[in-house]
Amino acid sequence: MRNAFADEITRLAPEDPRLVLLSGDIGNKLFDKFKAAGPGRFFNCGVAEANMMGVAAGMALSGLRPVIYTITPFTTTRCYEQIRVDVCYHGAPVIIVGTGSGLSYAELGPTHHSCEDLAILRVLPGMTVLAPCDSTELRHLLRAALKHDGPVYMRIGKKGEPPILPDPAPSIEIGRAVRVRDGRDVCLIGCGTIMSEVIKAADILSAQGVSARVESFHTVKPLDLRCLDDAFRDFGLVAVCEEHGRLGGLGSAVAEWKCQQRGDLGRLISFGVDDEFMHEVGSQEYARRRFAIDGESIATRVATTLRQ
Amino acid sequence: MTLPSGTSSIADLERRARELRAQIIENSHRTQTPHLGSCLSCVDVLVAAYFSALRIDPTRPRDTGRDRFILSKGHGAPALFHVLAMRGFYPASMLSDYGVDGGVFAEHPPTPDHLPGIEAATGSLGHGLPLGLGMALAGRIQGRPYNVFALLSDGECNEGSVWESAMLAAAQRVDNLMVIVDFNKWQATGRSEEVMALAPLADKWRAFGWNACEVDGHDMAALVEILSRVPDGGGRPLAVVAHTVKGKGVSFMEDDNNWHYRIPSADEVARAKVELGVGA
Repeated sequence: MRNAFADEITRLAPEDPRLVLLSGDIGNKLFDKFKAAGPGRFFNCGVAEANMMGVAAGMALSGLRPVIYTITPFTTTRCYEQIRVDVCYHGAPVIIVGTGSGLSYAELGPTHHSCEDLAILRVLPGMTVLAPCDSTELRHLLRAALKHDGPVYMRIGKKGEPPILPDPAPSIEIGRAVRVRDGRDVCLIGCGTIMSEVIKAADILSAQGVSARVESFHTVKPLDLRCLDDAFRDFGLVAVCEEHGRLGGLGSAVAEWKCQQRGDLGRLISFGVDDEFMHEVGSQEYARRRFAIDGESIATRVATTLRQ
Repeated sequence: MTLPSGTSSIADLERRARELRAQIIENSHRTQTPHLGSCLSCVDVLVAAYFSALRIDPTRPRDTGRDRFILSKGHGAPALFHVLAMRGFYPASMLSDYGVDGGVFAEHPPTPDHLPGIEAATGSLGHGLPLGLGMALAGRIQGRPYNVFALLSDGECNEGSVWESAMLAAAQRVDNLMVIVDFNKWQATGRSEEVMALAPLADKWRAFGWNACEVDGHDMAALVEILSRVPDGGGRPLAVVAHTVKGKGVSFMEDDNNWHYRIPSADEVARAKVELGVGA
């Protein structure tokens, strides 16, 4: 996904003279083509994310469209106050991109995991929160984010994520989930990098005769209420899956919305990371199994719940 | 860009500074709001900026070519609100709303969308310089030769983001950016030198790749001269360490940190105005 990001933003550079790219001392070679396509518009801001966020806000307040790129914890938790005050309070159109989100960097340890970012970013007034599931969705959402006149946070994976959507994709808009497949028995709502596991779960369930609708719910804020209304109307079970803590992420957002509606929360189950740091070493696949958010675990719990 | 009328002499700027001090002290009493000492220490810098250095037009506050001034020490907002009114960004009568429910004048500056003349909503320290650096770089990218000024407090220099920003500004050889440190030697709860070992402050900026100089922050002629030095042609940002006195202008407030939070009585307001030579 990071290669798709670099490629798409390079394509955008000559199209949009307002576009500026700021990196926190990563992806140097990754952006060589951008540097050629948008001379004077790439800034390696060093290992100093608080300042980088303020600089981006200052640029945005001066008419530019800055995009910030670094590893997710460092562009979210590290500089949260700058996101809140400099970006959101000012309504500055800064696009904050977190790379290697969720458990993408599982083997690097919890300093590099991000299982809290959706929770803390979606509570900021005016912030739009995006989590594309694959490179195609990322490219469309990046273009949509540049057209959006306000702060945007986008969490992406690292590399090698399998394609989920057809390319060319159907129209992809902020705040409108993409139906990946339709089904009758359960609605699986996936968000971002976990989507490949959600597809696996749907395949396993299908082999067991359980038909699953799958939605790519790429916008965590604002919620696609039409998609959610349909899901809770048409299905006895709605499963929200994310590579993020179960506290505060998309599952929580859906539950909050359902509570306000005084709806039937019993139809909702959520898949996400437990309320703990992972202290042992492991790959992303290991970490997903450990927290039971891999395709097999999702399918098993969904099938069990359906039988209850 | 228009130049303010009737501000040709240093004596005139000094008169404005005395008037501003009186207005700020009255405002503190009337609205029962604090940070008087911090406001009084930076009044002369604000007058030199808004009535001499800044190329601004109060009738076109969002002009893309304007110079930008950021009050990074946002708790000096009353001083900023009054100097903006004096400079003509809005009528002074609007300030009767200061601290009133539903009004726009909070104890820290609002966002630029909510009050003309404001460049950044500050109040949390260490934010104004990164924002200003972004604006300065934007000027370079867009080919607009404006200058950016950020006024910091000495206590604010505790914040790591200030020094992160200083390093990037130097690396980018930004020369349309000036920091002014209102070095009044106090922060909220103690002597700034004792809390975080600031000295040698000007040398710290030099060590971070900036040109730096020191000035008496109450010497109007010196401030007018020094604020005209950006860009200085040396390819570096410029830090001005302005030696100031907290509570400057009123004998019983000067260098007394109680006035960080204390509110003056009616009698103290009257005595202050006598000292300032400003009529009741």
